Amino acid sequence: MRKAKTLLAVYLAYMLEYRAELFLWALAGALPLILLGVWTEAAQSGAFPLNPGEFARYFLMVFLVRQATVVWVVWEFERDVVEGRLSFRLLRPLDPFFEHLAAHVAERLARLPFVVLLTLLFFWLFPEARFVPEPGPFLLGLLFTLLAFLLRYLMQYTTAMLTFWSERATAVEEVFFLLYLFLSGTIAPLEVFPEPLRNLALLTPFPYLVYLPAALLAGQKVDLFPGVWAMLFWGVAFLLLWRLLWRMGLRHYSGQGA
Amino acid sequence: MSAEPIILAQDLTKHYRVALKEESLLATLRHFLLRQYRTVKAVEGVSFQIARGEVVGFLGPNGAGKTTTLKMLTGLIHPTRGQAVVAGHIPWRREKAFLKKITLVMGNKQQLIWDLPALDTFRLNAAIYDIPEGEFRKRVSELSEMLSLTNKLHQPVRKLSLGERMKAELLAALLHRPEVLFLDEPTLGLDVNAQVAVREFIREYNRRYGATVLLTSHYMADIAALAERVLVIHQGRLLYDGPLAGLLERFAPYREVGLTLAQPLPREAFLAFGEVRDLEGLKARLLVPREKLTERVAEILKRLPVEDLEVREAPLEEVIARVYKIAPSGLSETPALEEA
Repeated sequence: MRKAKTLLAVYLAYMLEYRAELFLWALAGALPLILLGVWTEAAQSGAFPLNPGEFARYFLMVFLVRQATVVWVVWEFERDVVEGRLSFRLLRPLDPFFEHLAAHVAERLARLPFVVLLTLLFFWLFPEARFVPEPGPFLLGLLFTLLAFLLRYLMQYTTAMLTFWSERATAVEEVFFLLYLFLSGTIAPLEVFPEPLRNLALLTPFPYLVYLPAALLAGQKVDLFPGVWAMLFWGVAFLLLWRLLWRMGLRHYSGQGA
Repeated sequence: MSAEPIILAQDLTKHYRVALKEESLLATLRHFLLRQYRTVKAVEGVSFQIARGEVVGFLGPNGAGKTTTLKMLTGLIHPTRGQAVVAGHIPWRREKAFLKKITLVMGNKQQLIWDLPALDTFRLNAAIYDIPEGEFRKRVSELSEMLSLTNKLHQPVRKLSLGERMKAELLAALLHRPEVLFLDEPTLGLDVNAQVAVREFIREYNRRYGATVLLTSHYMADIAALAERVLVIHQGRLLYDGPLAGLLERFAPYREVGLTLAQPLPREAFLAFGEVRDLEGLKARLLVPREKLTERVAEILKRLPVEDLEVREAPLEEVIARVYKIAPSGLSETPALEEA
């Protein structure tokens, strides 16, 4: 417990050193707000299952979910390996997984004020997005946002393990990100996907990273099952894969430049 | 000193496979499927034992295999062959109990968080190593006093001088009071005062806590000040293991004499005094046998138009090269990635 508290406190101090960057990062996550403009406009035609207000709310929640689940550990890990800093982490009696996780959580706290600010700006620009959420689904949405963050972190950390073999694991992550962008519901809510594509998407881990928590937060009607099982399946799969690759990777790691 | 050695290395060998590859997404993907390698023999059959509380110097030119050996002893890499036991553990199993007993300080790498005060890194380490709050404060004040670093702990690391940063690195690395210290070039790039301070500290730390120290350095002076026993490694092989005095006899029978002249002279003018290592304009560098040093220096002062004269320890690379009849330039080509 003290370990977690100290890790958070130190990394929060670290993140606050980068306030300006954090603001830009938060701003760079404004893509959903741009898409919102596009979709609400398109929804005026009435040809979509969601009305303009629902679109606005959905994309606002996509924005918030993405702000809460940003992960960059693959870049961090790759830099550690290339610059030989991984050695220091390996010398400590704590798995680097948790130190990076603490840094991510601390960053979230440091980012919060900017996110609140951007949300207020957003409400001012799009009054149709204002709504009073129902507490039940909203709390569930928050829980799923947390789970989405953990799953995304785990997925990217697993990808980062590839750094042990190729110092360009980030290239693999870029490919993942493309899938993520299309299948997670970042660009369009899953409701507007053609049926077969939607069913396919729901089998991948991606919709649970953005769509599910965002839709819950926005108060849309969504079925939790069998999505929860898919999420659980991917969580366990990546957990096992991470441990396996970590063990194999350490054997392989020759401490280049360390 | 207990009879059981705290560090035991037996036939320790590390061959690296270095991948040959280009950088592009396609090459990376191809690299997953089909890889090409060449083998680099960084360490070759090294064996030695170190008793508890000993301070041992580990000498060798760049790329000799020092760092690779330290990495095997600290568990960062698996050896290709051979065995090691450090503080009762097999290093590369990386058990928590083992990690809490050792530390590794690298002069060319830092663990301190650059933008935060050093104290924050210490706090982080204290949490990771389960050091209770009271004990943490006690150790920080004790170590920072030994290092004369007390009033620097609240400054961001980036504002510290190189010497202060190294001291803070040492503090961060010793907070959990390890039994075995692996120090890789701890004085690298420091000015003479800072070098002396770091040396003094290591000596005092060893005396006070009975810690075992294995220290690598390019500088004979570091080793001379700290270690009674020396290991010399070259091209991955152990060449010498014994008292420092014996090493000096065998490896450093030369001194380097640096001259600044009033007027340029041809190479022949120096031949009577020693071996000319370097001659450029008004500057000359000679290697002179140690036992003839006084005599030769007197001669030089008498017979050459000398403006300035300086006697230095001969660079280790040149000395080893002379003893083993290898060109010094050949040494730097010794294949090993470690000090890249």
